[in-house]
Amino acid sequence: MLKRLLTSREMLLFGAVAALCALIATRFPGFVAPGNLLRVFNDTSPLILLAIGQMIVILTRCIDLSVAANLALSGMCVAMLNVAYPDLPIPVIIAVAVGLGTLMGMFNGILVWKLAIPPIVVTLGTLTIYRGIIFLVSDGNWVNSHEMSAAFKAFPRAEVLGLPVLGWTAILAIVVFGLVMTRTTLGRAFYAVGGNPHAATYTGLNVGRSQFWAFTISGALAGLTGYLWVSRYAVAYVDIAGGFELDVVAACVIGGVSIAGGIGTVGGAVLGALFLGVIKNALPVVNISPFWQMAISGAAIIIAVALNARATREKGRIILKSAEKPA
Amino acid sequence: MSLTDHATGRAIPDRLRTPLDKRIKSWETLLLIVAVAIFIANSFASPYFLNAWNLSDATFNFTEKAMIAFAMALLIIAGEIDLSVAAIIALASTAMGAAVQAGAGTPVLIAVGLGTGVLCGAFNGVLVTRLGLPSIVVTIGTMSLFRGLSYIVLGDQAYGGYPSDFSYFGRGYVFWVISFEFVLFALIAVIYGIVLHTTNFGRAVYAIGNNPTGALFSGIRVARVKFILFLLTGLMSGLAAVCLTSRLGSTRPSIAMGWELEIVTMVVLGGINILGGSGTIPGVVIAAFVMGLVTFGLGLLNVPGIVMSIVIGALLIGVIALPRLWAMRRR
Repeated sequence: MLKRLLTSREMLLFGAVAALCALIATRFPGFVAPGNLLRVFNDTSPLILLAIGQMIVILTRCIDLSVAANLALSGMCVAMLNVAYPDLPIPVIIAVAVGLGTLMGMFNGILVWKLAIPPIVVTLGTLTIYRGIIFLVSDGNWVNSHEMSAAFKAFPRAEVLGLPVLGWTAILAIVVFGLVMTRTTLGRAFYAVGGNPHAATYTGLNVGRSQFWAFTISGALAGLTGYLWVSRYAVAYVDIAGGFELDVVAACVIGGVSIAGGIGTVGGAVLGALFLGVIKNALPVVNISPFWQMAISGAAIIIAVALNARATREKGRIILKSAEKPA
Repeated sequence: MSLTDHATGRAIPDRLRTPLDKRIKSWETLLLIVAVAIFIANSFASPYFLNAWNLSDATFNFTEKAMIAFAMALLIIAGEIDLSVAAIIALASTAMGAAVQAGAGTPVLIAVGLGTGVLCGAFNGVLVTRLGLPSIVVTIGTMSLFRGLSYIVLGDQAYGGYPSDFSYFGRGYVFWVISFEFVLFALIAVIYGIVLHTTNFGRAVYAIGNNPTGALFSGIRVARVKFILFLLTGLMSGLAAVCLTSRLGSTRPSIAMGWELEIVTMVVLGGINILGGSGTIPGVVIAAFVMGLVTFGLGLLNVPGIVMSIVIGALLIGVIALPRLWAMRRR
């Protein structure tokens, strides 16, 4: 039991993140000070939130490339709502953001479920559509810091026990979805549908409906992150979080989520996100140009997926895999 | 959703269709009708549309992307995908920019551009075929890696100062309004059409996409064919990099940002099954024209680029959703 825990992918990944921090600490001890680690965690929170949703979608053999566009559109809508009605209480703002995100996730889900369009095609399409709608609603204008109300901007930065609300939101999501994935029938359904859709169908699960719920969850988390992102950076414009969907997929892949479906945990996705977050925050500390970040995360994805493939191949799940490879 | 539907993605009809019926109701015909409709709508919407030079300018919207789309079509038919194509353009363009700084002439520049493309394609190919990794993840990784290398080299700088005879590839005209890029596009379309639809290699690509295990047991060297397809996609990206760099006359690391999604859209719009196994090159050619015409027509009406992307996105989902909705209603 203990051995299994120690050799599990999450443990290895945790070790990798810890080793990375230790390596940085040898030159810059300030990086691993508790305050700074909290700051890194807080900074990585949006990525963690989205990675959890993406992990569930990938579990069901789908992919959601529209998360960043969903985030940006939800964020822009609540920012404009705030400008128009500065007195709206924050819970209403959050409800609107989550509601909009959920609707967009449901739209993806319906197309995948009822029309059986491949998820990559659906979300590639909605990615451009959602981005375009931001331009239509905002007329290409920015919503700047001074236009937002003080309460709107203060919410994600308010500190509770030393950690901003943004970070607490990520912790809440980790706990909630950790429980959903391991302790509920819905969570088991996601694994079953991705692991073997045919067997899942015979068990009485509706594959399409599970995928629909996966997209809905991913959309809801993207909507929530949309508000947090816009209020934290105190700016909203058409291109916010552009290309962020690939970081999210990268976090999942590094976290050991199998793109073929059925394999992955909330913990893995979170650690994958933290791995990228540590790198991003460490680069300026160790005096490497931020321009290196893209290449480093690219290399990390390739190495992670190669290691993952090695780990799963030993089980011999696909008999012909060795025959397919050239001599 | 029935089980057979989920397994193969297609239903088995109880009566085979006649060849003529097949041709009339094909994806390509539907797409051609869409293309003609857009062309007619455009010529009514703007008085500037029906002008030889304007139409010639419009072709630049899609020629470079379409070159890559043909190679990508073969790759997708074989059940793989390459999302790193735009990043390969960035890296190849950066390599050419560095070569210019070192004093290289036009022939060397082209060799550098194409060579970088082939090397990147080979890198993807090795990871996918030798290590057996899923191509969508590998190429998301190399997409960051290749463009990341451009950012490391260039940062917020730009390369320029390309030799004047180099500009022919992106700005030259072969005859009257027929640009060099358009001729190249047509030539590549014909070559890929012949390779896919008339050669053993093309049959092998379809066979791999429909059933890789079956293809392997019928003596097709699956890994090798896939490796060649990745090489070709890299080569086409290198070629597109030569044309685009020549046309823009400068290199920034953000060059061709987001093109991978537009190229995949073009391929899927062209009727290539994203799950592999079916699709034709003429379909991709028509899809290239549809996307080019939509972009150009809306541009003439002063519609901003981002709104055009809504149309492209809706087109992508719509052309796939409508036939399925239609089939559901008749069932």
